[in-house]
Amino acid sequence: MTTQTYYVPTQSRWPILASIALFLMAFGAGNTINGLNAEQGGGIGVMLLLAGALAMGLILIGWFGNVIRESHEGLYSSQMDRSFRWGMSWFIFSEVMFFAAFFGTLFYIRTLAVPWLGGEGEKGVANMLWPGFTAEWPLMAPPDSETFPGPKGIIDPWHLPLINTILLISSSVTVTIAHKALKQGKRSAIVLWLAATILLGAGFLVFQAYEYVEAYHELGLTLHAGVYGATFFILTGFHGLHVTLGTLMLIIIWLRVMKGHFSAEKHFGFEAVSWYWHFVDVVWVGLFLFVYIL
Amino acid sequence: MSRATPWLLVALCAPCAAWADWTVNLTQGVTDISREVYGLHMLIFWICVAIGVVVFGVMLWALIHHRKSRGAEAHNFHENVAVEITWTIIPFVILIAMAVPATATLVKMYDQSEAELDIQITGYQWKWRYQYLGEDIDFFSSLSTPQTQIGNEESKGEHYLLEVDNPLVIPTGKKVRFLVTANDVIHSWWVPDLAVKKDAIPGFINEIWTRVEEPGVFRGQCAELCGKDHGFMPIVVEAKSEADYQQWLAEMKQAKSSQAAAAEKTWTLAELMESGQQVYNRTCAACHGPDGGGLPGVFPALKNSPIALGDPAAHIDIVMNGKAGTAMQAFRDQLSAVELAAVVTYERNAFGNNTGDLINPADIAALKQ
Amino acid sequence: MSTLEQTAAAGELTEHHHGPASGIGRWLFTTNHKDIGTLYLWFSFIMFLTGGCMALMIRAELFQPGLQLIEPAFFNQMTTMHGLIMVFGAVMPAFVGLANWMVPMMVGAPDMALPRMNNWSFWILPFAFAMMISTLFMDGGAPNFGWTFYAPLSTTYAPPSVTFFIFAVHMMGISSIMGAINIIATILNLRAPGMTMMKLPLFVWTWLITAFLLIAVMPVLAGVVTMMLMDIHFGTSFFNAAGGGDPVLFQHVFWFFGHPEVYIMILPAFGIVSEIIPTFARKKLFGYASMVYATASIAFLSFIVWAHHMFTVGMPLVGEVFFMFSTMLIAVPTGVKVFNWIATMFRGSMTFETPMLFSLAFVVLFTIGGFSGLMLAIAPVDFQYHDTYFVVAHFHYVLVPGAIFAIMAATYYWIPKWTGRYYNETMGKVHFWLSFIGVNITFFPMHFIGLAGMPRRIPDYALQFADFNAVASVGAFIFGFSQLIFLYNVISCIRSGKKASSEVWEGSHGLEWTLPSPAPYHSFTEPPVVK
Ligand code: HEA
Ligand code: HEA
Ligand code: HEC
Ligand code: CUA
Ligand SMILES: [Cu+2]
Repeated sequence: MTTQTYYVPTQSRWPILASIALFLMAFGAGNTINGLNAEQGGGIGVMLLLAGALAMGLILIGWFGNVIRESHEGLYSSQMDRSFRWGMSWFIFSEVMFFAAFFGTLFYIRTLAVPWLGGEGEKGVANMLWPGFTAEWPLMAPPDSETFPGPKGIIDPWHLPLINTILLISSSVTVTIAHKALKQGKRSAIVLWLAATILLGAGFLVFQAYEYVEAYHELGLTLHAGVYGATFFILTGFHGLHVTLGTLMLIIIWLRVMKGHFSAEKHFGFEAVSWYWHFVDVVWVGLFLFVYIL
Repeated sequence: MSRATPWLLVALCAPCAAWADWTVNLTQGVTDISREVYGLHMLIFWICVAIGVVVFGVMLWALIHHRKSRGAEAHNFHENVAVEITWTIIPFVILIAMAVPATATLVKMYDQSEAELDIQITGYQWKWRYQYLGEDIDFFSSLSTPQTQIGNEESKGEHYLLEVDNPLVIPTGKKVRFLVTANDVIHSWWVPDLAVKKDAIPGFINEIWTRVEEPGVFRGQCAELCGKDHGFMPIVVEAKSEADYQQWLAEMKQAKSSQAAAAEKTWTLAELMESGQQVYNRTCAACHGPDGGGLPGVFPALKNSPIALGDPAAHIDIVMNGKAGTAMQAFRDQLSAVELAAVVTYERNAFGNNTGDLINPADIAALKQ
Repeated sequence: MSTLEQTAAAGELTEHHHGPASGIGRWLFTTNHKDIGTLYLWFSFIMFLTGGCMALMIRAELFQPGLQLIEPAFFNQMTTMHGLIMVFGAVMPAFVGLANWMVPMMVGAPDMALPRMNNWSFWILPFAFAMMISTLFMDGGAPNFGWTFYAPLSTTYAPPSVTFFIFAVHMMGISSIMGAINIIATILNLRAPGMTMMKLPLFVWTWLITAFLLIAVMPVLAGVVTMMLMDIHFGTSFFNAAGGGDPVLFQHVFWFFGHPEVYIMILPAFGIVSEIIPTFARKKLFGYASMVYATASIAFLSFIVWAHHMFTVGMPLVGEVFFMFSTMLIAVPTGVKVFNWIATMFRGSMTFETPMLFSLAFVVLFTIGGFSGLMLAIAPVDFQYHDTYFVVAHFHYVLVPGAIFAIMAATYYWIPKWTGRYYNETMGKVHFWLSFIGVNITFFPMHFIGLAGMPRRIPDYALQFADFNAVASVGAFIFGFSQLIFLYNVISCIRSGKKASSEVWEGSHGLEWTLPSPAPYHSFTEPPVVK
């Protein structure tokens, strides 16, 4: 434990504004989604959602701007730095658990629910209700194929997904190189390697978008295609969302590097983003294995 | 203070005890399994009481003797590994003693083999359907307590809320296997006397069995929140001796053929309206309201509804086939052709929907084929 | 960049020497752990009254058989909202509020580790609950599927307001996760020199573990409501067998969150009681180390017992047996705790101020609730208990005279430190006795009606359950209205209570009692040294 004085910020307007923005987003999203369902279109809900999201964006810029300013004024001790580190680590842990819920879902459905419906295992009598249904994974013909028409095909793991795996893994490498460079104070190397990371991330997103289009238009692999589509999209979808966020964060960090924000000793912002990026990468490896290959 | 609780309760309950018979404990039930479950329940209960007596006894002793007002001085011990290990191990041993018989009973309950009769039980919002597999018997069972009793306009009968129109009938002395499932949401089929409670999961089947030795009537309720009328979907099981059971089977089959005959006859609007009203109040009013007003946002009103005023074919279609993914279930199998025709006719002419349409039972019977 | 010493000094000058701001801005913009703690506590109390009023509505309808006051559809909304509000709005925020107030003081920190985020964690809550309560006024009414919202009742068959319920849950989740991160960071990083882990007060320890549970399971809740949202609006079939999913999957994921959640509502209570009993027994807590290990074991076990809520869904036999055994095991570490408390009292020198009374009642009544929990854990017998009032009796015993009593004990115990004034002891005792009696009259008979066969979540019941229901309803009103005494006592304490010393209680130990009463706006600007 250090005896440095711990910096406690004065009052701040950001949190309450952020709460309001979050509320607008949630309330707007609720209205939008309910509107979709009732086929009345979004209307005011969409406006609220957009207003909230915009406000949230601005608030985050302001809030982090504040933090960066304070950091530059040298208000942060190394103890403060550790608080941030704990904060980020536990946040990533919470993200791990979020994905764990979906992976758990996938495993349960594959190893228990679908076989039971297909007449296998201890609860196979369920098959009485679904005559003609046989269990298989990927599930091409769900029990009620009229309501949930299964996909016509599935994504071949050895094309786009493999490329994406390579992209993401190399991006983890490049961000590590950038980190090394940062520790050695080589600014131009950092800028270069970070840029490479961003490009790799963006490339991943482009391919994923392409994959989704293909899934929808050619393979009939949709959210509505039964539980295979459901698990596929919830896992890859949330992962894609995290890559998007991670890429945005990398871009911000990149801009900050160019502005000369980080020093070889103090660069928590950079590290936080790189941790996050590695996390996203690890999740992908899990996805590649369990969603695409197996 | 733990002393005070039971006395207070006794004091409070004494007056109540005077005016009704009340139970405070689990039923022993009527099957071997249910008696075993009761035994387990009492065993665990008494173990807990014994532990409670010891634990609270020591605490009470301390509360009385080690109080400052009595001049007690605080001692200074705050650790004792031996004691701490002891009171970790003893509860553990007690738990093992509980786990052994519990597991044995559980294994018995899970033994589905050698069933002599299979009955499929399906939960619907808010009634039960019983299908005797291989017997061509299939009927619905719903609450028969009149609405007036529930609304306190009439005094309540003996089996208030625990009575149905068509009870489930099973033979005594036979191992009956229930295949429990649901049509819409999750329900749970529970008859305490049989110690049977199984969730009815839509799309899946749960198996459970029972063997009742003596004839009798056993009452239970749906035990999983299943929407608005969850409190109003009781279960009545009648165990009949083999001979009575066979007779009942014959009567059921008889009733079925006379039902088919009724569809052949020609019905007047007034007749249809009258029986339609009955069917409506029994089957549809739970959701669409006795006055056809529905429940805004959840159940649509039938009064002035475009379907009830529009093309009769569409109306008949939704009533017979329901609408997938909504609470509107298919009534094709639940109601006879006459009932279907009657209820649709009723909806098209009641609540101010004066279309004047008459739906012919024979047409419905044709559709039902 | 300037050196750390200098900047610390600068920070000191510009930022540290100020008291609370005035006006509403103080509460909206504050970064102070005490202000935020206060906000949490008041919010939680308001939610307690709201949820309590719903409970009273339930009890009023159940006073007699037949439908008298409310429609079945509305009854279900009341049950659901009562459960949700009490769990997420009353108990959890109250514990976070107590942590905000006490953890920095107990570990010798200047404030919480991330003060701005702390403010955000709180202010999300009022918005989340405003949205959730607003569903009562929407078409089709509020959520009506129970606080456990089992699919498909909560998906395909839910009222439209379920969408807002889902987003409200997301907001609460964000709030809880950030709150928990803050508490962990404070405990791990802001301890005063010499405050080693094994010297942490038990309240801090239990909160450390609770925070870990929160971070581990709130995201799972977020995941499950997200899947619901997808099933309702985007055509997926996670919980629909027609597409290859399974409604029971919902329950597995929900209870993977839900069971740790119930320990989230009790571990901090264990911590509170472990602070209070030693003070009034004037004797060190017995078995500090085993208390810590027991808490950790409970937390660990809480992850592998979830399906004891689902014994009747028709799990394969091995599953049933596994979850039965693991659940029973929890009695061991919990027993260790109970025995330690009693050993602490044993040969002490006890006095019975209000916080102590509440703590003693906690020990007894929580244990009774634990016993009924153990009975529920026996799978074959749970087939009879499940979804009856026996379960309702069980969880109210662990939650009301458990969690709620602990929160009240904590309030009485620490309020002199917060306000610098004593509450009215006589009034406190009256509050205690009325609550104690009321709680037992309300919830004890529920064991009987449950065993006799009354299912839960029903607005009307068969005649043989009538008497005890009437008794329970009377008790609920006694218990409910005695909380107004508490409210009055707290307000008059803040306004005009007798001045308190810094030590407050004769037998108190710990860093928080070394600060003056009321505790200064900034707790430890200079870290104290713990020997
Ligand atoms: C604070 C909250 C809390 C706590 C602490 C507990 C504690 C426990 N609970 Fe409870 N429980 C709930 C809140 C809680 N529960 C809620 C809210 C529900 C219902 C949810 C819903 O459906 O809505 C529920 C439901 C519930 C069920 C499901 C019932 C059903 O729906 O069918 C079960 C089943 O096993 C259970 C078991 C237990 C056990 C074994 C403990 C154990 O932790 C108890 C351990 C304590 C003791 C045993 C007493 C002290 C020990 C000793 C003195 C040592 C010696 C004792 C022995 C060896 C016996 N609980
Ligand atoms: C911590 C959690 C908590 C707490 C504190 C309580 C407190 C109470 N609960 Fe319950 N309860 C739950 C958690 C809790 N509950 C849960 C999780 C469920 C399951 C829900 C479900 O099935 O989904 C449940 C379900 C539940 C039921 C079963 C409902 C059903 O199955 O249909 C009942 C029935 O009696 C009940 C009663 C009560 C009562 C009488 C109280 C009393 O302790 C309340 C005390 C009353 C007050 C505190 C009121 C104070 C207000 C005033 C005096 C008026 C003053 C007003 C103003 C100033 C505005 N609760
Ligand atoms: C468990 C609840 C429930 C019961 C019982 C029920 N319905 Fe419905 N009904 C619904 C719901 C929900 C809808 C709306 C379906 C939709 O979303 O289109 C509906 C729709 C309808 C419609 C179409 C109305 C419109 O304007 O869209 C008709 C007609 C109808 N029901 C008739 C009946 C009849 C006749 C019965 C009884 C024999 C009955 N319902 C019983 C829930 C129920
Ligand atoms: Cu069916 Cu409850
Ligand atoms: Cu549990």
